[in-house]
Amino acid sequence: MERLTRRYGAVTALDGLDLTLRPGELIALLGPSGCGKTTTLRLLAGLEDADDGSITVGGRDITHLPASKRDMGMVFQAYSLFPHMTVLQNVAFGLRLRRVAKADRDRRAMEILELVGLTEQAARYAHQISGGQQQRVALARALAIEPQVLLLDEPLSALDAKVRAQLRDQIRRIQLEVGITTLFVTHDQEEALAIADRVGVMRAGQLEQLAPPTEVYSRPATPFVAEFVGLTNRLPGMVSGSTVAVRGCDLPLVDLGTPAGPVTALIRPEAVTLASESAAGSGPLAGTVIAITFLGATSRVTVNLGDTTIMAQLPTSDATELSAGSFVALSIRPDPVLVSVADNDSVAASEV
Amino acid sequence: MAAVTSLGETPLAGPAARGPQGMQRRRRRRLNAFRYVVFTLFGVFIAAPLVSMTRFSLEGRKLGTWSLAAWKQIVSYPGLPGGVALTLELAVITSIVMVVLMVPTMIWIKLRVVWFTRIFEFLCLLPLTIPAIALVVGLAPVYNRIQHYSLSGLQLFWVYVVLALPFAYRALASGLDAIDAVTLAEAARSLGANWFTVMFRVIAPNMWQAILNALLLTASLVLGEYTIAYLLLYNTLQPTLYSISRNTPNAGVVFSTSVASLLFAFVLLAILSYAGRQRRRG
Repeated sequence: MERLTRRYGAVTALDGLDLTLRPGELIALLGPSGCGKTTTLRLLAGLEDADDGSITVGGRDITHLPASKRDMGMVFQAYSLFPHMTVLQNVAFGLRLRRVAKADRDRRAMEILELVGLTEQAARYAHQISGGQQQRVALARALAIEPQVLLLDEPLSALDAKVRAQLRDQIRRIQLEVGITTLFVTHDQEEALAIADRVGVMRAGQLEQLAPPTEVYSRPATPFVAEFVGLTNRLPGMVSGSTVAVRGCDLPLVDLGTPAGPVTALIRPEAVTLASESAAGSGPLAGTVIAITFLGATSRVTVNLGDTTIMAQLPTSDATELSAGSFVALSIRPDPVLVSVADNDSVAASEV
Repeated sequence: MAAVTSLGETPLAGPAARGPQGMQRRRRRRLNAFRYVVFTLFGVFIAAPLVSMTRFSLEGRKLGTWSLAAWKQIVSYPGLPGGVALTLELAVITSIVMVVLMVPTMIWIKLRVVWFTRIFEFLCLLPLTIPAIALVVGLAPVYNRIQHYSLSGLQLFWVYVVLALPFAYRALASGLDAIDAVTLAEAARSLGANWFTVMFRVIAPNMWQAILNALLLTASLVLGEYTIAYLLLYNTLQPTLYSISRNTPNAGVVFSTSVASLLFAFVLLAILSYAGRQRRRG
């Protein structure tokens, strides 16, 4: 995709997007609603027309090709199985349109149903199977036509949490098994980080960062990415040389080119730890616990530092010793941190 | 009625009945009583004329006797079989034209020209607001031409399509709204379907019940239409029945034919709703 642009009246939903998918990889587009991620998918599928830019698949320009001729398999957010057809007929529908003989298409449809584990349901109608199963059939239907690119438009958002996690892993397994190039759109960062080869974080019609999940999380390219992916503490700091001083801790900078001066440092809650016994007492990072949220293996502890609050993600074994109102001293692990100059979200650390 | 019910219940109401549960039970019982009364009154209101009409159509020469004479006359009474045939043909033609015209148009508007929805709805509902007599005055010159070329009474279907438009529109619109047509269409297109396939193999089969309803409403309207046929001088069923009722000493045939046409409509309704259910069950 090159310089892809889409406007709705005065609103620019997609603003000159450049994105290249490598064969066989799964890219997750992540962003808040209205950031243009679904628009990107729909432009790729041919369900909407681009105002500018071009889409090329395997060297062929498909920008102005109708949806029906694009060879893209798509799974939608809403349940989209054809209600008057059985599961098997749904999966075989695309093959029928390609005039594959009945015996062949039924055999192929059954193979794909086996891949998604739904051969037992082949004779059922959409309303006779669960939501998760419906989305699996939709996935099978999209895969049956052996598309060049698989497009998944928030396919899990209508499902409950447990089914969502199962299906998420299943999608990844199938994607790797089939080796199909996939674009997955979601607003759920956990989903994106869990299954993608690369995650693209979008904002206001533009791609803020495109990188492997670990990199997006640990070395976010912009303050927006840092805040959108995972929780972030914003603490005032002072840059001097290659470090930033935040409440008595000297932390290395992600971007060494940051000019000296006051900044806002973006610090992950898991980089905030309990201070060692000797440091306990007072200090710039000591305060009163105001809330403890149990998350399972870890707990999120919110501490009032007097002029601001800070969140720390601690092992639950450590957190159980604390209670709301107790006094605690913290320290910050010296991981490279991202800073935003003053508070205006301008990007201090550009590319990582 | 409500007062009587609550009076009747008072002795049964123990201390527990005074609690919220007891009150709820009493309210439910009162509501049920109200439902039965309304249902009975309404049933009598609908059934009494039908029963009377049926009884009258079976009246013998002497008062109080029974006879099938009026029913036998339906097929032989001068002008009547022709009127019945014309009306049935009109019902079939109008229904088919209506569905062929409306189903693709409405799907197309839903999928491709959404901005036109309101205007289209307004146009389709317009015939409801125009009295039949005004329609006839407007259409008279057109039908004068048609009669001039001695075209058959089947030409009435043009105006019947217009008349049935609001009913067919409502039936089809509710069917179309009940499915996520846009997503289904997008799914089909991404699988390689052209617009023709989307309309006739993906969307239309899922609004089968609505199409049957539109057919039924259109056919019923044609079966019962009187004003326009009468004023444009076509002998369809209703004008024929009217003229028989004015001229014949044995009015029984009017009633037997009316009952027969009603029964026909009921049977049609039953068949269509049965077919719809079968379809849904798959």
